[in-house]
Amino acid sequence: MLDQTAVEKLDVEAVNKGAKQKAQPLYAARKRIHPKRAQGTYRRLKWIIMAVTLGIYYITPWLRWDRGPHAPDQAVLIDMANRRFYFFFVEIWPQEFIFIAGLLVMAGVGLFLITSVVGRAWCGYTCPQTVWTDLFLVVERFFEGDRNARIKLDKEPWTGSKITKKAVKHATWLVIAVATGGAWIFYFADAPTLAYDFATGQAPFVAYATVAVLTATTYIFGGIMREQVCIYMCPWPRIQAAMLDENSLVVTYNDWRGEPRMRGQKKAKAQGLVPGDCVDCNACVAVCPTGIDIRDGQQLECITCALCIDACDAVMDKVGHERGLISYATLADYNHNMRIAMGGENTGTIDPSNVRDGNGGFVDAIRGFKWREMLRPRTIIYTAAWAAIGLALLVALGTRDRLEVNVLHDRNPVFTTLSDGSIRNGYTVKILNMVAEPRTITLTLDGLPGALMAINGIDAEPATTFDIPVDPDRLRALRVFVSQPRDMVQSGSTPFTFIVEEGEAGETDIYNANFEAPE
Amino acid sequence: MAEDKKDIDAVSGVETTGHEWDGIKELNNPLPRWWLWTFYATIVWTIGYTIAYPAWPGITGATAGVLGWTSRGQHAQEMEAARAEQAVYLTRIEDADVNTIAADPELVQFAVAGGSSAYKVYCVQCHGSGAAGGEGYPNLNDDDWIWGGTLDDIQYTLMHGIRHEADFDTRFNDMPAYGRDQILDRDQVSDVAWYVRQISGQEHDEAAAERGAETFEIECSACHGVDGEGVPELGGPRLNDAIWLYGGSHAQIVAQINNPQQGVMPAWGERLGETTVKQLAVYVHQLGGGQ
Repeated sequence: MLDQTAVEKLDVEAVNKGAKQKAQPLYAARKRIHPKRAQGTYRRLKWIIMAVTLGIYYITPWLRWDRGPHAPDQAVLIDMANRRFYFFFVEIWPQEFIFIAGLLVMAGVGLFLITSVVGRAWCGYTCPQTVWTDLFLVVERFFEGDRNARIKLDKEPWTGSKITKKAVKHATWLVIAVATGGAWIFYFADAPTLAYDFATGQAPFVAYATVAVLTATTYIFGGIMREQVCIYMCPWPRIQAAMLDENSLVVTYNDWRGEPRMRGQKKAKAQGLVPGDCVDCNACVAVCPTGIDIRDGQQLECITCALCIDACDAVMDKVGHERGLISYATLADYNHNMRIAMGGENTGTIDPSNVRDGNGGFVDAIRGFKWREMLRPRTIIYTAAWAAIGLALLVALGTRDRLEVNVLHDRNPVFTTLSDGSIRNGYTVKILNMVAEPRTITLTLDGLPGALMAINGIDAEPATTFDIPVDPDRLRALRVFVSQPRDMVQSGSTPFTFIVEEGEAGETDIYNANFEAPE
Repeated sequence: MAEDKKDIDAVSGVETTGHEWDGIKELNNPLPRWWLWTFYATIVWTIGYTIAYPAWPGITGATAGVLGWTSRGQHAQEMEAARAEQAVYLTRIEDADVNTIAADPELVQFAVAGGSSAYKVYCVQCHGSGAAGGEGYPNLNDDDWIWGGTLDDIQYTLMHGIRHEADFDTRFNDMPAYGRDQILDRDQVSDVAWYVRQISGQEHDEAAAERGAETFEIECSACHGVDGEGVPELGGPRLNDAIWLYGGSHAQIVAQINNPQQGVMPAWGERLGETTVKQLAVYVHQLGGGQ
């Protein structure tokens, strides 16, 4: 075993220290946090997730997708002006917004699932607030150095070099913030065109305003407010308590092997004390982006970014203990192990020798994480619900109509008597051609004896069938007059149907309308 | 209480204001800095704002503000902008005749929208919001036109009105009061009325209708046509159809022959201008009965 004094004790204190024990004032000034750089498995995973999520965000609007000459070729586009949403091979009209709603429900259920399995993984790995704060910290570290250098710099008087460092840092932050806002607007218009217009000052005001707002929020949330957004502004830390149970994996300090924590363990052992694995180096506190001490237990401020696991594992390697003093663990396992450490009863005193066998390993009764624990009624139900919604959406997407007809009967007048005594009803017939090709749609009147249609703007004799050309990806509204001869008119309301058909794709849709006549 | 001595509250450690009511003291917690600076910023903003915009009330009005902005002025500006946008189409409508307008889908769209809104202001009082009319007021949806249902006819009627005496070119006719002026006696009027019921395909007294046919040919056919098919040029309504302005029962027809009601429509040309009248004509024509 290495000399444990080689592990430096860092001079750091949890920002919320003591807050749990005594009453606090309603307002407390923020204590500035200078997170130390962490290295290890979880940090590497977080770098990868950051690269992927930022990559998706910045690159997506620039992907192209050929939809033919009558539709935009941007793979992902929210076209507000024309009220269309394009996502690769899917095109959604406003009345199909249920697909978006379904996706949002899936995202919600997915969040519940993830949380019930691995706690606040969303917060720690993929939340934009976390990702951008991480990015801003990289910049801060690049210009100002790691934790100690930054603390020193902040205490220094305002010299030229400090001003330069700070100015360059903030300038870089602003560039990132502008890029963030800039990428957002490209989802709402053709990206290359908008980029050119934006640069040459021809873009619409709302584009500049959006970039300005998102620049401000990115800069303020990622650079200045950071953990305060998570602690004070975000509702998720409050809600998540309902999602977790005793079998959820959360970042846990394993008291049962760590306590009693002490420095100078060799000396302590010589004095006959039994120290725990925690060498009280504070590395876990120093790397924490929300500035807390995980050894105080699960707390609202913890976003489960797992950087303390990396920091602690590095120290454990150095001092020759097993990794995992801080680890992802369930409350059930933790409580089980705690009971062993306390000698089988809740004595309140932890004796690390209870969990150790003679060879430096753990006794067999100590429980670790098993994959099977993830399968619980709760997670299975969440997964089933999530999959069911997804499946239903896919089926709906696969079978949805690309040709529709909607009919509005005139309300005033409900019917008109013509000079030969026949009765005429007026309708607004809307034909929706929901594909990006011009199509000729056949409109047929069916089930009304002797009745004929006449259509405003179409110069033809009254008939029961009309061929209507409809523009690609457009709705065509027609004023349709249906007249029934005097001797065939039935008093009151008579049901009949409008049928729209498209020959090539074999699509059809019907609308059940009513023909009104005097009682 | 001495002014120079701070009174610190023992429990909270906060200075008090020195105000005391029955032993209850008021703590003097300072306002948060950000709040205070925001407050000062709003004061500075207010000063600039009241200089730039109308603000301080005086005896006869408020200060005008150096920017010269008024809500009325802004409204006028927005209306001006809207008019400028419409002007493109309005000029084209002004320059074209109604038939040319009706052949241009873009102009039809504009004219129908404009005509519809003008209709809702000037026409609904008599013709109804759905243009279905009522007794004495013609239905504009049907295919029966007293003075003709072509675009030109409708435009003329709108421009000059019907029996609008102030307009020299107004459409005018005057059906004689056969009963009141004793041109026909009671039985003759009744017989003609039965004949009119016959040619319009309604139940009638066969013998009386036969007697009335002769009278009809002499007295009525000049204006209503030999077969009662109407003479739009003279404004003689069609009688052999299913549409009745003043009712189609025997009693109602008799009443109309005895003492005719003569409807009046104002001439809209001078009041609305030709451009609006053209839009109205296009609107009315596309309601379903236009010829």
